[in-house]
Amino acid sequence: MEGAFGSDFGSSGGGKLDPGLIMEQVKVQIAVANAQELLQRMTDKCFRKCIGKPGGSLDNSEQKCIAMCMDRYMDAWNTVSRAYNSRLQRERANM
Amino acid sequence: MDPSSSSSAAGLGSVDRQLQHFMEVETQKQRFQQLVRQMTELCWEKCAKDKPGPKLDGPAEACFVNCIERFSDTSQFILNRLEQTQKSKPVFSESLSD
Repeated sequence: MEGAFGSDFGSSGGGKLDPGLIMEQVKVQIAVANAQELLQRMTDKCFRKCIGKPGGSLDNSEQKCIAMCMDRYMDAWNTVSRAYNSRLQRERANM
Repeated sequence: MDPSSSSSAAGLGSVDRQLQHFMEVETQKQRFQQLVRQMTELCWEKCAKDKPGPKLDGPAEACFVNCIERFSDTSQFILNRLEQTQKSKPVFSESLSD
């Protein structure tokens, strides 16, 4: 992710802005923001599902639960993404 | 106006169009991402009730698919009905169309 938040935004050092480079950097930043959003919601859901009364540390069963929860959440995300994509294509075909 | 700025002004039009197109595409992609996030969250509440298992089984996966379809139907229903009631009794002053 190095350079994604660099100060030289799209500049090739000579002060001239390169739109191609700007677009690439924007895409990277968007991807990072999306990943952060996803992780935040995953953490929320898995904490709710896996941690009952909070103890002094995360025990083994809690850790296993969180690990499985993460995988299931990603499965769910992928399923939703695929299904919604199909739905959109169907809607466009019917327009 | 010096020669360098007039030649860069000629190029600026296509850069503007390039960036504008880029913004439109990225905005649309983001809307999709946002909805997938929202639906995953909502449907997780409905379809992954118990403690998570070693894999997303058939019924759960079917539940997710139904969930996004019904969510989309709900969204469509709301838009349609709002459009109908708008015709008889305007609630919002702005147009509904995106």
